[in-house]
Amino acid sequence: MTTRDTSPRRPYRDDPFLASPPPPAAPRRPFTRRRFLAGAGAAGAAVAAGTVLGHYLGGPGPTTAGLTVADAPLVLITLYGGNDGLNTVIPHADGTYTSIRPTLGYKPEQVLDLGEGLGLNPQLKGLHSLWQAGRLAVVRGVGYPNPNLSHFASMAIWQTANVTDGTGSGWLGRWLDRTASDGVFDPMLALSLGATLPPALRGEQRSATAITTSHLAIPGGAAFQSAFAALQTAGPDRTGLAGAVAASGADLLAARTDLDRLHQVAAAPSAGGSPAAVNGPTTTTGRPGATAPGPVPPPGRAGRAAGSLAAQMEMVAGLIRAGAPTRLYQVSLSSFDTHADEKANHERLLADLDTAVTALLQDLAGHPVVIMTYSEFGRRPAENASGGTDHGTAAPLFVIGDRVKGGRFYGDEPSLTSLDGNGNLLHTVDFRSVYATVLDRVLGSDPEPVLGGRFPTLPFL
Amino acid sequence: MVTSTRSDVALLYRRAGFGLRPAELDRISAGGYEAAVEQLIAGLGAAPDPGGDRLGPPRFTAGPFRPPGTAAPAAGTAAPAAGTAAPAAGTTAPAAGGRVAAVVAHNRAVARDLAGLQDWWMDRMIATSTPLREKLTLFWHGHFATGIPKVRDARLMYIQNQLFRTVGAGSFEGLTQAVAKDGAMMLWLDTSTDKKSHPNENFAREMMELFTLGIGNYTQADVTAGARGFTGWVYERSAYRYLFRPSQHDYGTKTYLAQTGDWNGEDVVHIAVTRPESARFVLARLWSHFAYPVQPSDRVVADLLPAYGPGMDITGALRALFLHPAFRSPASRGGLVKQPAEYLAGAARSLGLDATGARSPAATGGSGPSGPGTGVAGPSRSSRSLARMAAGLGQTLFDPPNVGGWGQNGYWLTTATSYLRLEIALALAHQGDLSPLAGLPTGQRITGVATLLGVDSWGPTTSAALARVASEPVALTALALTAPEYVLA
Repeated sequence: MTTRDTSPRRPYRDDPFLASPPPPAAPRRPFTRRRFLAGAGAAGAAVAAGTVLGHYLGGPGPTTAGLTVADAPLVLITLYGGNDGLNTVIPHADGTYTSIRPTLGYKPEQVLDLGEGLGLNPQLKGLHSLWQAGRLAVVRGVGYPNPNLSHFASMAIWQTANVTDGTGSGWLGRWLDRTASDGVFDPMLALSLGATLPPALRGEQRSATAITTSHLAIPGGAAFQSAFAALQTAGPDRTGLAGAVAASGADLLAARTDLDRLHQVAAAPSAGGSPAAVNGPTTTTGRPGATAPGPVPPPGRAGRAAGSLAAQMEMVAGLIRAGAPTRLYQVSLSSFDTHADEKANHERLLADLDTAVTALLQDLAGHPVVIMTYSEFGRRPAENASGGTDHGTAAPLFVIGDRVKGGRFYGDEPSLTSLDGNGNLLHTVDFRSVYATVLDRVLGSDPEPVLGGRFPTLPFL
Repeated sequence: MVTSTRSDVALLYRRAGFGLRPAELDRISAGGYEAAVEQLIAGLGAAPDPGGDRLGPPRFTAGPFRPPGTAAPAAGTAAPAAGTAAPAAGTTAPAAGGRVAAVVAHNRAVARDLAGLQDWWMDRMIATSTPLREKLTLFWHGHFATGIPKVRDARLMYIQNQLFRTVGAGSFEGLTQAVAKDGAMMLWLDTSTDKKSHPNENFAREMMELFTLGIGNYTQADVTAGARGFTGWVYERSAYRYLFRPSQHDYGTKTYLAQTGDWNGEDVVHIAVTRPESARFVLARLWSHFAYPVQPSDRVVADLLPAYGPGMDITGALRALFLHPAFRSPASRGGLVKQPAEYLAGAARSLGLDATGARSPAATGGSGPSGPGTGVAGPSRSSRSLARMAAGLGQTLFDPPNVGGWGQNGYWLTTATSYLRLEIALALAHQGDLSPLAGLPTGQRITGVATLLGVDSWGPTTSAALARVASEPVALTALALTAPEYVLA
């Protein structure tokens, strides 16, 4: 089944940012603290001194690679359950593939050719276009030493970057800890879509903000709101788990403040967009719009479909286009644990992935972004008798974006004949090299202290 | 200040049940703590449940799920095993629109059935006279976590739920053997497709990792050998029954967890649950969910071993757990966050609501929703379902996030759940029976809301915050429901 955590398949409520129409033709200027405050002022918001947004006062800074960090947030797509790498990037020209996948295999004429005897699953048409446009990089054979075939152990290793036993803080949580080391922490810095938070985004001191809607209106009148705020303050009765309850409430209030201002900035004509940029009547998908800011919908109104990857991506697109100072978004897709009846189910999941990624890039229309996928493991090369595949090891992952050096492979394709003792692939790229590259060139952070070691970066960015 | 026995009994009923109303707490505390434990234990097994049984069985409209390519059974051949209402004729028969339309109609019917089943269980948690049995059923649902998306038949989820309810307090081996042949589990973890030509490892692995032994106590070779033992096990959806197909079973010799023989599936389960690591694994899971999270190596786990014994006695282990001094320790009192289903069932019990979020007919007190005092309108009726609220908070009953079930404590504490909890608390307080509070002078309401909700007392920070809204019972109750003292179990 799918792996621990996390927050797939949760209902997402109606969200004003989901209702964004295609962006204006003129490119928006990158978000800066200065512009944000001006926009907030124009919208009539009082800006309290010393808010967490002070973090952005200097505007975005360059990374070692020369990118402007706030320009290109990372959108991390977690694929829960173990995605079948061999039926995602398909070695169609390898005779061994054909023989070990008698029912699940794809024929050369079915795949979307990438060259080197490899092709994308036929459901990944949008990704194939991105490859042809040089915006999709495929990192092959990504894994780690001594692979663990448990969903939970393997996902823990991927999320902590601790290959010994998968314990400790999350790798992105440690990035957040370091970002917050100057004493200022912005709850908008990392957003995870869903009610619960993947361990990757939990640090020792700081964690990402989990949201199911981008419009966090605290209900009630002034007295009620101030009492709710008072409930979240520190005190002798706020230790241990009681302290954690209050801390999540305090983070909520901080994120609410920032999101409110973001709505106001995005709605203000002086901010470079028009009010319609947030409050427009329909989306590109024809979804009926919501007006913002409006009353909060009652809990749990939207159905499951609203928690789809596509819905998560719509919210991400709206936040990026509104100029959110967010540098990491985490979204997820579940049910990749295809032990039985894999073909149709896997194709449906890949189609969901393809549609959501394509839609995000269309909705962003030029706003830079780096998208990366990962899963806890690939699957066993040889199919089982249930029309499925069991737990495996190394697999390819995708890195997508305008600034990605795409249309190319990174890392070697694992051999289908030289396998480990369980009949699984031997990895050719350590996943921490991918993390190091992303930390250095997207998140603008020194990878070594975050990963606890030095790993060679890859030239896909 | 509460007396120690009263506080202990309140803790016991929060953990082993869904909390007590003030009058119930008075009555049960008067008998002492040990008697309260025995009363809860007496509600396990086959004991009658006047409160829960009054609800009757859930109703289902969808017929069995038929995988694509299988022929439709003739009308009337489906024979539900659970003794519930027969499928309504025609609900899943291929319609004029063909197979796609039939699938859409079936999915709709399953979604309706699921919603009904979720409401039914939430109502049972609220109304039950045997709360430990319902709490234990919820524990097993998280332990043997099985989800509707792959099972695609709410009736199968109900059959599994009844299994937990009826045999969940007996022998752990008996329960695990029954779960291994349970339809929902066999479909969820693919046992039903396990064939000798190339065994499917899904159930064999998770059975050891998550159900009986824990990670590190088996090898990949054990997974492969175990999977061979389950070959030939089939679940027949249309007849709701387990079958053994000898032609698909691998009768070869297998070495499984260091024992060699011609093991079948029952042998595999037996070997796993009788490993020395298993008892500690299972007891640590129980302790972690009823007291506070521990590892199998923890000393308190060893203390429960004699009660569990070679008979793998769940009832005995629970009694020893609740009577263990550490269960009532400060570490325990501050050591557990309520999971959403118990949070909501407990709040509904305190406020006289049913699973639809409406005022329960059984509840006494004022009529109709309390007047607004917060400036917030009440939610529409359709959004008041407690099961949907639990789903919003991350716990969809019959649809856990994965086979590992739900996490604990910090898992439930995010900005998103903080926000949703506030909205939900307002909805509950708006609809609930707050007459015990409204009748109190403002100065006594902060203590009064603690009594109403079964909280021992508020800390100074919480008291100061609640004092700001003490004049408005709805606002006071809503905020109290989000206070750390209430969010913790």
